[in-house]
Amino acid sequence: MSNKKVTGKVWKFGSDINTDLVIPNFAIYMTREEQPAHCFVANRPGWVDEVQPGDILIAGTNFGVGSGRPIGDVFVDLGVFAVVAESFNGLGLRNCVNAGLASLPCKGILDAFDEGDIAEVDWGTGEVRNLTKGTTLTGQALPPEIQSIVEEGGVMAKLKKEGFVS
Amino acid sequence: MGMNAIEKILAKRSGQTVVKPGDVVMVDVDTAVSFDYGKPNIKKIHNPDMLVLLHDHVVPSPTLSAANGAKSLREFVAKFGIKNYFPVGRHGISHVLVAEEGLALPGNILVNGDSHTCSSGALNCLARGMGPSEMTYIICKGKTWYIVGPTTKIVLEGTLSEGVFPRDVIHYIAGQHGDFAGRNLEWYGPGLEAIGMDGRLTMATISAELSVEFSLFPYDKVLADYLDGRAKKPFEPSFPDDDAVYDQVITINLSEIEPQVVLPNKVAWNSKPISEVVGKHVDQAFIGSCANGRLSDFAIAAQVVKGKKVAEGTRFIITPGSQEVMRQAVKAGYVETLLEAGAVVTNSTCGACYGGHMGLLADGEVCITASTRNFKGRMGSAEAEIYMGSPATVAASAIAGVIADPRVALKVKELA
Repeated sequence: MSNKKVTGKVWKFGSDINTDLVIPNFAIYMTREEQPAHCFVANRPGWVDEVQPGDILIAGTNFGVGSGRPIGDVFVDLGVFAVVAESFNGLGLRNCVNAGLASLPCKGILDAFDEGDIAEVDWGTGEVRNLTKGTTLTGQALPPEIQSIVEEGGVMAKLKKEGFVS
Repeated sequence: MGMNAIEKILAKRSGQTVVKPGDVVMVDVDTAVSFDYGKPNIKKIHNPDMLVLLHDHVVPSPTLSAANGAKSLREFVAKFGIKNYFPVGRHGISHVLVAEEGLALPGNILVNGDSHTCSSGALNCLARGMGPSEMTYIICKGKTWYIVGPTTKIVLEGTLSEGVFPRDVIHYIAGQHGDFAGRNLEWYGPGLEAIGMDGRLTMATISAELSVEFSLFPYDKVLADYLDGRAKKPFEPSFPDDDAVYDQVITINLSEIEPQVVLPNKVAWNSKPISEVVGKHVDQAFIGSCANGRLSDFAIAAQVVKGKKVAEGTRFIITPGSQEVMRQAVKAGYVETLLEAGAVVTNSTCGACYGGHMGLLADGEVCITASTRNFKGRMGSAEAEIYMGSPATVAASAIAGVIADPRVALKVKELA
């Protein structure tokens, strides 16, 4: 059994989910503790009150397009266990990985799930199972070097351990 | 099998002879750019001379938090002895400044904590944006990783028509080809020769909205002339091998493009020829940012508004990309022309582009902008609509009070 397997309830989002939706302009200079409350307020108000620790985010193409805003931190703080998207914006992906958030590009993911289904995501192998529907598909697991950043809990944890930052 | 120009930089800086799409490379970073806030948690850094520090998003400080952030940046500069620091007064938007100052160089790898870092791709510099934690990592360790992506070669042919600009070209590509997530762009073709550095920097900057990993322009005469006397250190440009491999080739005839407007909320697959959107009322028109805050943007705006007035019920804001752009725009008389037309010329800052400390949109308002993004809520209210056009389109719209075709405005001027 892979230690990179997470199981949780699915929230579905569309394509082109951008950074400004995750951290709105008015929240950029708020503290990390304050930011999660404003996630998706423009496109899905109230979602932050519904999402539960262990839930899984599923999205369409071009997830995380936009700025350098640390979207991964927000999802980690909201308790999201993994993000699976048809495709990721490169910077969005880096910000998820660097926050220690399991991330998996997976073509066909939007059609394979309805919101509320239970997903089992193995971000080590790329296998995604829809436990509600009994179907399986395989995503494009990130290279091992990148997975190890997630395993270590993100880059800041690594830098702290190595004595570069306080 | 040869490598393209992007692969050759990645191979060189990762100490390998060959890299190919799908490889993960660990590279030495040449230049790291950071702004506004110090990083007081950092105890040791890799190399002070690889850093460029400056103020752009919040300058001069509009809030106490920003003021304390700026103070912490100055303290960081002093603590680690950073030479490439641009204090308030010599400030500018990071991507504009590194080009102007000859700090983004061909064949180099540059990172920056802002997403529009691919702007420096216009200088044949392999540049991309990073998030805040990764910037901390690179400042500490001097290294980062990339997954080598497949590369699309864009070949530009023909010449842009009167009233059509490089900004329209990148909008056209976004409309026709959508996003390029995980992929690179390399730009070539005879059509590129007539596009100057300002236009290339615009297209490289907006490549971020196409979700590219890297957007790289060739080292040609235009770039060589620009860097002559400007480059702060020697450099080695990257050229593709003769048998370089491209995953896709897109050929664009520039003469067939008309002004392109991006509709609100997203950029990929979302632009229309201007003829389909003219007449929409605009409350605000904005020109600025790392995409279009350069001298040629001021020149175009001044040309369009000369002798006219901004429409009643419309605000026109224009922001230089750096103090140097401001100085030159004043000297050339563009600022005076714009002020006479009723435009607001502001201090150099990222400001209105990201709904920062000025130029915000109210509920239900409509904006036409030559800045970087049109996301919901980006420039203020989530109930506002943001259209994007070239600086000429924005200036013509400011005068008309509605989205307007700049070719009409420019033609009228010619006849007058």
